[in-house]
Amino acid sequence: MELAIGIILGCCALGAGTAMIAGIGPGIGEGNAVGKACEAIGRQPESKGSVTSTMLMGCAVAETTGLYALIIAILLIFVAPNYLVNILMKFIG
Amino acid sequence: MLLPIVAAMVLKVIFTPASQGVEITGALIYFTIPMPFMDLPIGESQVNSWLLIISIIFLCLFMTHGIKERPNLKRQYVIEWAVDKVKAMVGESMGEYFAGFASFIAGIMVLSAFSSLMSLVGLFPPTSDINVVAGWAILVFFIITYYKMKCGPVNYLKGFTKPVALLLPINIISEFATPVSMAFRHYGNILSGTVISVLLGAALRTLSAKILGWLPGFLGDIPYLQVGIPAVLSLYFDVFSSLLQAYIFAMLTMMYVSSAFDYDLYSQRQNDKQKKKQKKAAANA
Repeated sequence: MELAIGIILGCCALGAGTAMIAGIGPGIGEGNAVGKACEAIGRQPESKGSVTSTMLMGCAVAETTGLYALIIAILLIFVAPNYLVNILMKFIG
Repeated sequence: MLLPIVAAMVLKVIFTPASQGVEITGALIYFTIPMPFMDLPIGESQVNSWLLIISIIFLCLFMTHGIKERPNLKRQYVIEWAVDKVKAMVGESMGEYFAGFASFIAGIMVLSAFSSLMSLVGLFPPTSDINVVAGWAILVFFIITYYKMKCGPVNYLKGFTKPVALLLPINIISEFATPVSMAFRHYGNILSGTVISVLLGAALRTLSAKILGWLPGFLGDIPYLQVGIPAVLSLYFDVFSSLLQAYIFAMLTMMYVSSAFDYDLYSQRQNDKQKKKQKKAAANA
């Protein structure tokens, strides 16, 4: 019994950690976007306002995949163990 | 104006169970209303958002009362600047036809920004509950579908088979992905700020207990490192991120709604309808 619950908790933590690997993608993407925006501002300093607002918008949209991973990780840490242990209890009785 | 916020604080203090240590909890549930299928829990997020709505109404009344043609009050300048900004933004990104959307966009922006900023005074921000944000996203989804339907239901259904009929399932999925991604984006950003703040607070407390724990008596119990350092992160996660998310939610709403509506097709259809009516009238006469 203890072993089964331990495996559930450990696997939930492992899954949460693995899910957050997805944080790499938005990091690279946003870095690219900001770098290009800096280049654009360097070329045309007068368009700073519109470039900055467009960049913030794009960054926020690019962040979405990372946030999906974050939500999965949070679900795995805070919600899944309780739920899975309840299922286990029902099976074993 | 500030009374509802104070009421929310008092409610929180009354209902918070005494606890030790750092915990990441969801919204407190004040009471539940029995419903036919599922009990309806009335929690912190619902109560806080209603109290916030009341305060925003009073804020609007305060800002707009006693305005004159020749402004002599500071608040009139502020509110006129805000209204002009929102109108310019809506006109720029949605076009002439949607000029009436300015009030809706301003409303959603103010509500979202103030809900997220509620965490500054120690209250539970309603936007870090997915149900609240999902409600807004579903509202936006209905508006999008309404404007897509405006060119006729047949055209709406035809839109799913573009550019190729093979893409039908993918188009249907992407239709439903719009509200889901809007809700998750807003919720995830606010929630991640909360989680990181709590983790940092716990880490700093442990660290100061390890480093400065040798001080005699109660001096050793005070978490010195917790002073000041979390404020820097809070400036980013609570203030900047909240305002940015409000702006982005409004901006995405405008983009989705305006791209859902094809003005040329709509005016062409209206013209056709009028011509048909005229023909009918001519035939009858």
